[in-house]
Amino acid sequence: MWLTASESEALRLSLDVATRSVACSLPLAIALAWVLTRYRFVGRTLLDALVHLPLVLPPVVVGYGLLVLFGARGVIGSWLEKAFGIELVFTRNGAALATAVMSFPLMVRAIRISLENVDRGLEEAARTLGAGGLDRFATITLPLMLPGILAGTITAFSAALGEFGAVITFVSNIPGETRTLPLALYTALQQPGGEHAAARLACLSLALGLGGLLLSEWLARRLRRLLGR
Amino acid sequence: MLTVAAAKRRGTFALNVRFELPTPGVAALFGRSGCGKSTAVNIIAGLLQPDSGRVVLDDAVLLDMQQGVDVPPERRRIGYVFQDTRLFPHLSVAANLRYAQKRAVGAPYVDLAAVTSLLDLAGLMNRRTHQLSGGERQRVAIGRALLTQPRLLLLDEPLAALDEARREEVLPYLETLRDQLAIPMVYVTHDFAEVLRLATHIVLMEAGSVTAQGTVGEMSLNPRLRSIIGPDEVGAIIDGVVLGVDSSSNLTRVRVGQGELNVQSRGLAAGTALRVQLLARDIIVSTRIPQHLSVRNSLAGIVTSIHGDDDDSDLITIDIGAEEIVARVTKAATRDLSLRPGMEAWALVKSVSLRGHAFAARPK
Repeated sequence: MWLTASESEALRLSLDVATRSVACSLPLAIALAWVLTRYRFVGRTLLDALVHLPLVLPPVVVGYGLLVLFGARGVIGSWLEKAFGIELVFTRNGAALATAVMSFPLMVRAIRISLENVDRGLEEAARTLGAGGLDRFATITLPLMLPGILAGTITAFSAALGEFGAVITFVSNIPGETRTLPLALYTALQQPGGEHAAARLACLSLALGLGGLLLSEWLARRLRRLLGR
Repeated sequence: MLTVAAAKRRGTFALNVRFELPTPGVAALFGRSGCGKSTAVNIIAGLLQPDSGRVVLDDAVLLDMQQGVDVPPERRRIGYVFQDTRLFPHLSVAANLRYAQKRAVGAPYVDLAAVTSLLDLAGLMNRRTHQLSGGERQRVAIGRALLTQPRLLLLDEPLAALDEARREEVLPYLETLRDQLAIPMVYVTHDFAEVLRLATHIVLMEAGSVTAQGTVGEMSLNPRLRSIIGPDEVGAIIDGVVLGVDSSSNLTRVRVGQGELNVQSRGLAAGTALRVQLLARDIIVSTRIPQHLSVRNSLAGIVTSIHGDDDDSDLITIDIGAEEIVARVTKAATRDLSLRPGMEAWALVKSVSLRGHAFAARPK
C-alpha cells in the first residue's frame, strides 16, 4: 500500500463517517421529500427553509448549533446519553451527525426532484390493480425515484467526505476518531514542512471525488436504460 | 347491473351523470372531448370522489356518499385500461402482468395462459415496455387489467392515441374479450366507429350530463346522437341474425326485423348475431315494389315519420316490422313521391354499401 498509516486512517475514517451519515439520513430524506412534495400544510415553507438552512449558513454556525443541542449539556445530547448511552461530542458518530446535517439539503433536493417526476398516473394504475398505499410506494414510486435517490446519495456522500467546518466545530480534530481527510489536510498545513503531506491528501480527496462522480454517472445511465428513458 | 349516479363540480365545469348498464354488456360512454366522460369513469373507478352520488355494481355498493361508503379503488375489483396505457416502465411485460396477477382477489375466471392467448402476448413477454408499439402496449395494458379478475372493465379511449392501422389491430381483441369473457365494460370514446363495433349500449354525454341512453339499436335513431355524429354517419343500426349463405350470389343472408338483407360478410355460421348499419344516405326509398334494379336488398315497411334534416333533405323513418330504419331523401323527392306517415314504402340498399359486424353472443 502506498498510503501512510495516518493517511489510510483518515481515509478509512472519512469513508466510515460518510457511510454512517448517509445511511442515517437517507430514510429521513426520502420521508421528508415525500412530505414536502405530496402534502400541503401550514408551515411547509418553513420546514422547507429549515432543511435548506445548512446550505446558506456558515458551517461553523451549524457546528455551534449542534454543540448547543447535542453537546453533553445540550437538550438532546444529555437525553441521548442518559437514555441510550450515546455520546456524540468528540466521537465519529458526532462527526457523522455533523456531515449528515450539512449534506442533508443536497440529498432531499435530489430525491424531491425525482419524486416530482414520478408520474402519478402510474400510481393510480397500480391502485386499480389492487395495490394499497405501502405496496404502491415500495413497488412503483420507490423504484421510479431510484435515479434521484442514487444521485442524492452519491452527492451527499461526496459532500460528507469533504465536510470540514461543522465537523471541527462540533467534534474537534481527534486522530482516529474525528480527523477525517479534510481535517487531516488542514492539520498537515498547520505543521511546518507539511506541504508534501497536504498535497498527497489533496490528491487523495481529488481521486475520491472524481471516482464518485464517474460512478454516479455510470449508474445513472444504466438506470435510465432500465427505465427506458 | 351497474348503476351510476354522480355529481361533481370542478370550477366552472359541472358533472351530473346518471345511467344504468345491464351486465354483462358493453356501454359506450360517448360524446365530444371534454364532456366529462373520463371524469365519470374515474368516479366509477374510485380515483375521483364526487360531491354526491352512488355507484353500485351488481350487489356491491362501491360508493354511497350519503351512507359514507367509498370503497378505495384498490378494493373495487374494477379493471382500468388507460388511454396512455400506464405500463410500469421499470418492469418487463411479464412483470407488468404478474403485478396484476399477484394482487388479484376473488374467484379467478381468466388465467395468465388465457390472457396470453386471447391477446397474443406470448412473443412480448420478455420485452421492456418502451420496446413495444402503441398497439402492443395497449394489448398488454388490457391483459394486465384482466388479470386482476375484475368485475367490470373500464376503458378510457384505449384507441385514441393510435393511428388507424393500429386501431384496426387492437379492435378485434376487444371484440374477442366481449364475446368470450362476457365481462361488463364501460368504454369511453368519441369515435362512433368504435361504438358500432363494440358496444351494446350507448350512454350519450353532452356538457357533463347524460342526455340519452339505450341500446345501440334504439340510440341509432336518437336525434341527439344524430347531431353529434354528423349527417354522414346517421343510420339505423340493427342487430340481425345470420340465416346462411346464398349459394348463387355468395352473399350472407341476414334477418333484420321482418325482412332480410344480403351482406358481404363472409365465413359466418347461421345463427351468428350480425350487426348491420344502414346509413341513411345509402338508402333509396320507393313507393312501389321495386323491379329491374341491381340493388340486392329491398325491405318493405310503413313510413312512420318524416323530419326535416337540413334545408334540402328529410329523414324518413320506415317501420320494417320490429325494427325501424331511416333514409335521407331530398325534400324534392319527398314532395314528388308524396311521402307521408302511414304510407307503404320499400327501402333499397346496395349490398356493397353494407358492412356487418359479428357479435358471437347476441346482445340482449
